[in-house]
Amino acid sequence: MTTTSPARTGTPVATTSDEDTGPTTGVRLRGVSKRFSPTGAPVLDGIDLDIAQGEFVCLLGASGCGKSTLLNIVAGLERPTTGDVEVAGDGAALMFQESALFPWLTASRNIELALKFRGVPRSERRERAAELLSLVRLDGSGDKRVHELSGGMRQRVALARSLAQERDVLLMDEPFAALDAITRDLLHDELERVWEQTGRTIVFITHNVREAVRLGQRVLLMSSRPGRIVREWDVDVYGADEQRSIEAAAASRLATEITNDLREEIRRHAV
Amino acid sequence: MPSETSKSTETLAPRDEALPGPDPSGLSPETPDAVATGPRVAGAVVGHAKDVSDIEAGLDALQTTVAPTASRWSKAFHAVYPPVLAIAILLAVWQTLVWLEVQPIYNLPGPEQVWEAVTRAAASGTLWQALGTSLERGVLGFLAAVAIGTPLGILVARVRWVRVSFGPIITGLQVLPSVAWVPAGIIWFGLSDATVYFVILMGAVPSIINGIVSGVDQVPPLYRRVGQVLGAGRFQMIKDVILPAAFPGYLAGLKQGWAFSWRSLMAAEIIAVGGGIGFGLGAFLQQGRELSDMALVFTAILLILVVGMVIELLFFAPVEKSMLRRRGLAPETSTSKGSGWLLRRRELAAAAFGR
Repeated sequence: MTTTSPARTGTPVATTSDEDTGPTTGVRLRGVSKRFSPTGAPVLDGIDLDIAQGEFVCLLGASGCGKSTLLNIVAGLERPTTGDVEVAGDGAALMFQESALFPWLTASRNIELALKFRGVPRSERRERAAELLSLVRLDGSGDKRVHELSGGMRQRVALARSLAQERDVLLMDEPFAALDAITRDLLHDELERVWEQTGRTIVFITHNVREAVRLGQRVLLMSSRPGRIVREWDVDVYGADEQRSIEAAAASRLATEITNDLREEIRRHAV
Repeated sequence: MPSETSKSTETLAPRDEALPGPDPSGLSPETPDAVATGPRVAGAVVGHAKDVSDIEAGLDALQTTVAPTASRWSKAFHAVYPPVLAIAILLAVWQTLVWLEVQPIYNLPGPEQVWEAVTRAAASGTLWQALGTSLERGVLGFLAAVAIGTPLGILVARVRWVRVSFGPIITGLQVLPSVAWVPAGIIWFGLSDATVYFVILMGAVPSIINGIVSGVDQVPPLYRRVGQVLGAGRFQMIKDVILPAAFPGYLAGLKQGWAFSWRSLMAAEIIAVGGGIGFGLGAFLQQGRELSDMALVFTAILLILVVGMVIELLFFAPVEKSMLRRRGLAPETSTSKGSGWLLRRRELAAAAFGR
C-alpha cells in the first residue's frame, strides 16, 4: 500500500507552476505543534506533512483529533505554537461544512464579494462570477437567494466562492458532511471534475473513510490527543481509466482496511 | 497506453461501418481486446459525466421549490381585512360603552362626537398645523438620531474598551424615560425647538446604539471567519460582512428609536407649551385638556396613534418584510391556502369534522 499510484495524476491546467521538473510543494509542514494553553496537552504534536502541488489529499480522523485546527493553521487563521508552515502562493482558500454563504446576497453576489476582497475591479466581477457558477454547473442560478438553493447547490456556490479566491491550495473542512447521500455522491463527481479542470491542490478533511478513498490520491490518518499523522495510504485501487465510484469493490476493501486502523486508533482512548 | 487508445479509436470506425460482417481488423490478436476495453471505458466516462449533470439538474429541480404567488388583489385583501376587522370591533365596543352611558357624554364622547371634533379641527386648520409641526419635528429628530446613533453604535460594538465603559451607561439611558430630560432642556434651551430636539435625541439615540450593538453581537462567528478567509480588510469586514449581517438588529433598533422619538416628542410638547415653541400635537392635546373638551383630547390621542401606525406601516413594515423575504426568514405565506385566521379556523373545523 505504499506504491505511488499512476492513477489520476490529474493534469493541472491553471497552475502557475514554474519549470521545476519535480512536483512543486503545495503545502509543507515541519514539526507543527499546537497547544491552546501553555500547560495543557498538545492538540497537534509534531506534524510533518508534504503535499505536492495539484495533489488531492484526504485527512481522516475521529472527532477531536485536531483536523480542523490543522486546517486553520494551514489557512493562516491560527498560528502554530511551534513549527513551520509553508503554503504555495499567498495562502489557502478554505471551505466549511456549512456553506456559510451570506443570506443577504444572491449566489452571484456572494462570489463577487470574494472577488471584490481580492481586488478584482467591479466591471469584471459579474462575468467572472458567472464563469465560476458555470464551472460548478449552476448557470442561471446566479440571481437566486441563498435560501432558494438546496444544500447541494449551496455547497457548489461555496465551492465557486472558494475558487474565486484564486489560491493554489484549497482546504475543505468536511464540506459534504451535512448533505444527503445522493447529493454527496454527485458532489464527489463534481469536485473531482473541478479539481481536474483547475489543478488545485486540495486538502480535504473528512471522518468518512469511503469518501476519503473515493476522492483522495492519498489518505492520511490522524491520531487523537495529541493529533499526529500515524499512517498514510496511496489510493491505487482504481484502474487508470476507471471512473472512481464510492461503490467500487476494490475501494471497499481499502476503506475496510483504513476503517480498521481508524477504529484501532479510537479504541486506544477507551479506559 | 496512449498508443492503445489511438489504435482502438482507429479500429472503431471501420468496425461500425461493417457492422454485420466479420471484423476486418480482428486478425491481430491484441486488437479485439483494445476494441473491447478502449471505447467501452471512454464511453463510460463520457456517459458518466453526462449522467452526473443530468442527475444533478434533476436534484436541483427537485430540491428547489417555487413559492406559489397569489394575485395582487388577494394579497392586498388578506393584508387589509384583519386590521379593519379589529378597528370595527373596537369601534363597536366604544359605541356600546357610550350607549350604556358608563360615563356622562362630556366625559366619554362617542365616535360620532370625536369625528365631529376631527372635522372641525381639520376645517379650522389647527389639525393640519399640529400634525405638520409634530411630523416635521419627529422625522427630523429621528433622522438626526440615526445619523448620530449609527456611528456611535458601530464604535460601541467594535471597540472593546468603549463598550465596557459606556455600554452600561447607554443601556441605563435607554431605560430612563426621556420626559425626565424636559425640565433640563427647558432650563438649558428655553421654550424653543432646541429643547424638543434635545429630548428626542436623548430618547432615540440610546435605542439605536443598542440596536446596532445587539445586531452585531448576533452575527454568527462563522460569517466573520468567512470574511477573514476571503481576505476582507478591516473596513471591508465592517461594511460588507458585519453591518449587513447585523441589519435585522439595526432595523429593530431603528423601529424602537422611532417609537422613542415620537414618545419623547409628545412628552416635550405637552410639558413645554408656549414661548418660541410651535403648535404641535402635544400642545393640541394640552389645549383640549385646558378647555375640558374631551372630544378634542380624543382627537389628539387618535392623531398621535395614527401617525405612529402610519409610519410603521408605510416605512418600517415594508423594509422589514423585504429584508426577511430576501434572507429567507419570512414565514411561509401560502395565500392559496388562506392566511387569514378565519380561513384557518374553517380548515381546522373541516379537519375536525372529517370533511
